[in-house]
Amino acid sequence: MSPAESRPSIQPYLKPQTVTPSLFWRLAEDIPKPLQTALIGASLLLPLLLWWLVTTLGNIDPKFLPSPAQVIGAFGRLWSTGELIQDTVASLGRVGLGFALTILLSVPVGVLMGSFASLRALLEPLFALMRYMPAPAFIPLLILYLGIGEEPKIALIFLGTFFFNALMVMDTVKFVPKDLIEATYMLGGTRWAILTRVILPHILPGIIDACRINLAAAWQLVIVSELIAANEGLGRRISVAGRFLRTDEIFVGLIVIGVFGVLFDLLFQYLLRVSCQWASQKT
Amino acid sequence: MFLEIHQLHKHFETAQGPLVVLQDINLGVQQGEFVCALGASGSGKSTLLRQIAGLDQPTAGQVRLQGRLVRGPGPDRGMVFQHYTLYPWMTVQQNTEFGLKLQGVPKTIRREQASYFLKVVGLTAYAHLLPKQLSGGMKQRVAIARALASEPKVLLLDEPFGALDIHTREAMHEFMLDLWQNTGLTIFMITHDVEEAVFLANRIFALGSRPGTVRQVITVNLPHRHRGIKRHASFHDYRDELMDLLRQHGQEALVGL
Repeated sequence: MSPAESRPSIQPYLKPQTVTPSLFWRLAEDIPKPLQTALIGASLLLPLLLWWLVTTLGNIDPKFLPSPAQVIGAFGRLWSTGELIQDTVASLGRVGLGFALTILLSVPVGVLMGSFASLRALLEPLFALMRYMPAPAFIPLLILYLGIGEEPKIALIFLGTFFFNALMVMDTVKFVPKDLIEATYMLGGTRWAILTRVILPHILPGIIDACRINLAAAWQLVIVSELIAANEGLGRRISVAGRFLRTDEIFVGLIVIGVFGVLFDLLFQYLLRVSCQWASQKT
Repeated sequence: MFLEIHQLHKHFETAQGPLVVLQDINLGVQQGEFVCALGASGSGKSTLLRQIAGLDQPTAGQVRLQGRLVRGPGPDRGMVFQHYTLYPWMTVQQNTEFGLKLQGVPKTIRREQASYFLKVVGLTAYAHLLPKQLSGGMKQRVAIARALASEPKVLLLDEPFGALDIHTREAMHEFMLDLWQNTGLTIFMITHDVEEAVFLANRIFALGSRPGTVRQVITVNLPHRHRGIKRHASFHDYRDELMDLLRQHGQEALVGL
């Protein structure tokens, strides 16, 4: 800068902020493993501790908030009569069938919609509309068309997840690099070869992830579906327990449902890791 | 003429009217030649290569390979893209075999063919790795092996070394020259890198921009090419001439300015 151009410095106006180093508040960075384990443990144990404290020390009607001990007792009761297992198996069966149907149909439809703009234009508007119609609203129609057996329940789970899953699978296709598809043409690939040998393997991690997310939704719909004249099932158990104010049984039902939800999630995460090692970030 | 481009025009329809990308392209390539289409951005060189590859159709004019009209993509024109385009879920070996697999070549034969070309590009030791475990230069060599495995009539290179750092790029130049001298393949490369073109090509088609036309065809007569040729006076002459050409025809210099 030439001497004639000397300007006053900006320094007096700058207020330097120092960022104090912190373990807990590291921004967008990993925390040390022991701290992470401790925090995860705390997230499960602290609510449990709080629950136990409140029910032991407070003067709360067990019909309002049962203690952990009472819930464990209810668990034992339902287990020994075999009702819990029966309910769990029934609910798992419904979710299994309904969601299997969803996967079977939504994956091919989603892939086709994602790959062919023509099919997408044909189906997407309808799917987008159906996606926003809440599945429970279909219950009267389903009972009318399918009766009150297992069929309407499975249909409900299917309806509530198929459109979401198809649209999510459709979206994964757009991330297949165009270069990759063109390279396949240059190697002598047909459209069918590109669909099955390039697009499908490329979007497999995306499909597994979409299924993981939508299984959670399906599992929630189990409860709703069991409002349709079910004889057993976790959702059924909760609504019956509710009617008789057996709050401890409600808690058992909720916890079992929650635990299974987490198990499904972990299962899909494992599936993803094992089948798509090429897709992980680290070498 | 082995590869012939005759009166090629290409324009795209845009909201502002037709955009002429290529105009009056006439050029021929003899079998065994290494030619380069050199131009700055906007010269339509990528579009030109895509016409030869069959990934795109000209608005007017023809591309003929050994007299036959090019109508669509196919393995007789092996293509190497700028961004590798390896299949990330396949190993190096599987990637190299893939073109053959698509064409129904029996397993033992395609394995042997792929292994041969992996040896040619020097990657035998890496056959069972995934692309993400390879460096950029290695990935590009796999892409080349994959294209070569189908024994194409012409190898099309789309700015193949643009994504590499300069050291890798220079190593790849020597590799490419070796490969060409050993296989006698016909090669059509597009690039904006003047030195790359002068080092590798027999003939250079200097393209003008907007619309893309062939402004000049330069035959590169250099003595035996090797790494040291880049210090030769005649190399500098060709480079300077081409740099001036590109600048002169009102192209935005990707090389400076």
